[in-house]
Amino acid sequence: MRRAVLGVGRAAAWRIRAGAESGQQRQRSPPLSPVPAPPPPAFRFVSRPGPAGSESETVEQSPPQSPGPGKAGDAPNRRSGHVRGARVLSPPGRRAHLSSPGPSSSSEAREELRRRLRELIERSRVMIFSKSYCPHSTRVKELFSSLGVECNVLELDQVDDGAKIQEVLSGITNQKTVPNVFVNKVHVGGCDQTFQAYQSGLLQKLLEEDSAYDYDLIIVGGGSGGLSCAKEAAILGKKVMVLDFVVPSPQGTSWGLGGTCVNVGCIPKKLMHQAALLGQALCDSRKFGWEYDQQVKHKWETMTKAIQNHISSLNWGYRLSLREKAVAYVNSYGEFVEHHKIKATNKKGQETYYTAAQFVIATGERPRYLGIQGDKEYCITSDDLFSLPYCPGKTLVVGASYVALECAGFLAGFGLDVTVMVRSILLRGFDQEMAEKVGSYMEQHGVKFLRKFIPVMIQQLEKGSPGKLKVLAKSTEGTETIEGVYNTVLLAIGRDSCTRKIGLEKIGVKINEKSGKIPVNDVEQTSVPYVYAVGDILEGRPELTPVAIQSGKLLARRLFGASLEKIYHTLFWPLEWTVAGRENNTCYAKIICNKLDHDRVIGFHILGPNAGEVTQGFAAAMKCGLTKQLLDDTIGIHPTCGEVGNRRF
Amino acid sequence: MAAMAVALRGLGGRFRWRTQAVAGGVRVAARGAAAGQRDYDLLVIGGGSGGLACAKEAAQLGRKVAVVDYVEPSPRGTRWGLGGTCVNVGCIPKKLMHQAALLGGLIRDAPHYGWEVAQPVPHDWRKMAEAVQNHVKSLNWGHRVQLQDRKVKYFNIKASFVDEHTVCGVAKGGKEILLSADHIIIATGGRPRYPTHIEGALEYGITSDDIFWLKESPGKTLVVGASYVALECAGFLTGIGLDATVMIRSIPLRGFDQQMSSMVIEHMASHGTQFLRGCAPSRVRRLPDGHLQVTWEDRTTGKEDTGTFDTVLWAIGRVPDTRSLNLEKAGVDTSPDTQKILVDSREGTSVPHIYAIGDVVEGRPELTPTAIMAGRLLVQRLFGGSSDVMDYDNVPTTVFTPLEYGCVGLSEEEAVARHGQEHVEVYHAHYKPLEFTVAGRDASQCYVKMVCLREPPQLVLGLHFLGPNAGEVTQGFALGIKCGASYAQVMRTVGIHPTCSEEVVKLRISKRSGLDPTVTGC
Repeated sequence: MRRAVLGVGRAAAWRIRAGAESGQQRQRSPPLSPVPAPPPPAFRFVSRPGPAGSESETVEQSPPQSPGPGKAGDAPNRRSGHVRGARVLSPPGRRAHLSSPGPSSSSEAREELRRRLRELIERSRVMIFSKSYCPHSTRVKELFSSLGVECNVLELDQVDDGAKIQEVLSGITNQKTVPNVFVNKVHVGGCDQTFQAYQSGLLQKLLEEDSAYDYDLIIVGGGSGGLSCAKEAAILGKKVMVLDFVVPSPQGTSWGLGGTCVNVGCIPKKLMHQAALLGQALCDSRKFGWEYDQQVKHKWETMTKAIQNHISSLNWGYRLSLREKAVAYVNSYGEFVEHHKIKATNKKGQETYYTAAQFVIATGERPRYLGIQGDKEYCITSDDLFSLPYCPGKTLVVGASYVALECAGFLAGFGLDVTVMVRSILLRGFDQEMAEKVGSYMEQHGVKFLRKFIPVMIQQLEKGSPGKLKVLAKSTEGTETIEGVYNTVLLAIGRDSCTRKIGLEKIGVKINEKSGKIPVNDVEQTSVPYVYAVGDILEGRPELTPVAIQSGKLLARRLFGASLEKIYHTLFWPLEWTVAGRENNTCYAKIICNKLDHDRVIGFHILGPNAGEVTQGFAAAMKCGLTKQLLDDTIGIHPTCGEVGNRRF
Repeated sequence: MAAMAVALRGLGGRFRWRTQAVAGGVRVAARGAAAGQRDYDLLVIGGGSGGLACAKEAAQLGRKVAVVDYVEPSPRGTRWGLGGTCVNVGCIPKKLMHQAALLGGLIRDAPHYGWEVAQPVPHDWRKMAEAVQNHVKSLNWGHRVQLQDRKVKYFNIKASFVDEHTVCGVAKGGKEILLSADHIIIATGGRPRYPTHIEGALEYGITSDDIFWLKESPGKTLVVGASYVALECAGFLTGIGLDATVMIRSIPLRGFDQQMSSMVIEHMASHGTQFLRGCAPSRVRRLPDGHLQVTWEDRTTGKEDTGTFDTVLWAIGRVPDTRSLNLEKAGVDTSPDTQKILVDSREGTSVPHIYAIGDVVEGRPELTPTAIMAGRLLVQRLFGGSSDVMDYDNVPTTVFTPLEYGCVGLSEEEAVARHGQEHVEVYHAHYKPLEFTVAGRDASQCYVKMVCLREPPQLVLGLHFLGPNAGEVTQGFALGIKCGASYAQVMRTVGIHPTCSEEVVKLRISKRSGLDPTVTGC
């Protein structure tokens, strides 16, 4: 609706503007800027969309303001004959020189423009991208002028590359319209948002704090998302701090810098998975001629120690790389206390306060507990498993998430007695046919499944390492209850966002009350303009893999438009399994194509060895618009598992 | 080569109508009186990957098809069943023995991961060979059954042309049989080359035709050659604990990216394979104790040197199996240099109804999947009303050396040669596979590079990956390149963590920047 209003406004404004404008043009006055600062930064891109010259050069040439010739790309803003008229008034020779496109391509030009915009935003206390005829822009300008605040204004309808600027701005801010307001580098938004911020006091707060903040950016949470964000910001020359603090698990486990992935997720998980694969490889190797007689045993402590050593080296590596990039790292728990201010509490309970212009929340998630008698006292989670000082023994894994199945899989691979208790379906959100195949493979390899049961009570029978626990469970369908005795009960029933105890309510960052997740827009901005969020805590974003994105899409398509898809699938027998005599008819691949879109491949699923290595390239190909035809035309690499995609469908 | 393929495709486009007209004419004639007596719609000479694919495809399209296949025993007397090089003396046994070698590495890793295995673990060649050979035999049988199921007639005879529609086959017992067909596809493949000018080469040396069928361990082995066959064989021999030496006259893996090739060699050398670079053998003699004494010349110093080995394996290239075909009787042209058959982009030879696919064809990659695809497409054009032509560009492949090397598209040298240094951007990274960390393995040669055009959006010209499971990693990216992937698109692809292939979508460092390409941290 806003756009419609603007459209009408524009037509009118062109006419109104024209007369005044040509006068202005002759005098070559700078853009409407109440800031007398020499030279007005707005100049920098008024005339120089091209990347060619250095900055000083640009400033020296004190560029003209009217549209130059030969810039046909900006047509939408220059339909008016008045503009053409104005152009005649300017010295053509020089302008032609200024606006002549540089040798580089348009995408480089865009990068350059983006850089200049950023610079402009950063140098201005208040930066308004406006259009001279837009009534909303006028309201915003009036607001700042009534507050007695000087602001830098760029009228997009009066500069050469206004349309391009608007496009780049929309890329930066996810806002397509004007006015587009920044206060002290923070994107406030359009007219409505600015007035809202004014009414809530946020605007005044933003204005008054200026550059007096301790940091440009404080990141709460030192996991994969937070650290990459911190390093990148630091490389770009920002003053950055990372607050990271691991609240010990109920069993007392805690760890170092790096977050879930490094300490209690992907890394130790894949290493234990590798250990389990090695068990299989050892069995295989006899068939391939390797000779050893003894029954091979697995020693949990040796493996765990090796893995924990590797993790410590990673923790250390992260510390080091933060230091190298001059990112301040504080091992404290962060909690917002007021706008732009966070309280950091360290292990000893000492509190320190820090302020920053912007914040990124990257606190991630922690495993969920059942909320039944005995769970926090006696059960462990994935937070504890990878550093467990003793072999878990006979284990009950509660849950059917990928965490549950991965853990059950490698524990069984070490030769342990493993049972998985599943409430409803396996691997929710993943393709269910694949999920069931994973389940039956695991069942064939000794993992027991208790379907449609949930635990109701955990009792300790014996202490020890491991001890003995009695688990009481009831059916989800009837009144049946069962009892079992296990050495270890591992809960893997889901994860909760760490967003409820970090003071978000103090500054008004909205969270989804039910899930604890933070809703953000396309540029990861929360409901508070200067606060962003990344990673697992985002609402509606995958918690790890691109497979999750794809499966979500597929689920919707299955529900609402299944007939539009063709599915190609195949069973295959990895060559390496043949000699080892491993089972045939287990490894499976399928692709899903959209008939309506030239058989574009919209899903790729593979169950078999090295699935991650295989899937990555196919993901890249899907990104490039892979179709069934192209798949058929691509030559396989022989003999690999990856070639099934090309040979078998 | 790709440039040539393009040129050929251009030609093919021009020839298309004529070719089809001729094919149609033949079919009309076949239905008429004279040619009605021909035995088959399609005769395929050679029962390898390409030939079998043709036969099965044509049978599926309802044609009367025959396949003739005959394995001339190697000079050492090795012979095998239906399925051609790939199944019997190529890809399949090669990768299984490579797997055996990889398992040796995993056994050494296992104690780090908590498995209590007493080291060192010895390896029994006989057991491995028997298992590999049994699997190959089951595949031979499988191919026989598949042909039967599709009602393709199979003859175990040695074929030669009598005229352009007739082939004479000689069975093992010497019995002759005449077969005629409307269309004939030649897919006889190639066999290893012997350096017959070297004294003792033929008497005492073996080739890849024999190594996989040896009942006893080859022992201390000298592998002569720098082809991927040579490196792969030396790699798995070293991996199962044998003493293996590779003798290379000039450069390794000619035609592959040379930076990658030298890293492959570096890795093998640091894992126990010995290399004699710049050396050429001059004679092989059997010593009284049964060992083989090899004499070679060091071409840089000019000095002569000798060594004793249990086995000498020639892997100096392959020659096409065209000599016994009597091609001149049918009028099929071959290259005077290579004896390979000359074809156009539609696999047509100089005789309109005779086609050739696979390793026997001049200028084609010697790879199983290309032969299969070319064969299928050819049959679909002949009998299925299709006009799709095989695209030989961006064929992916993987060299199964101990550290595998997967590649697709142009090498860095080729990209620079075609587009100029100024227009090529190479992104690269040294990475460490997660599995290597706990096992304490050396990852100095785990490396990936992507060769792109420099101008945005930086079209990907080639991808080169050195590391575990390189084949599995490369396959999907080959698709991406087929789809016209740009560097920007690859960078927008989310990684799968933690894998080696995610390193490809994380390539940020360009060679031009001069920055350290070592990946640290996630």
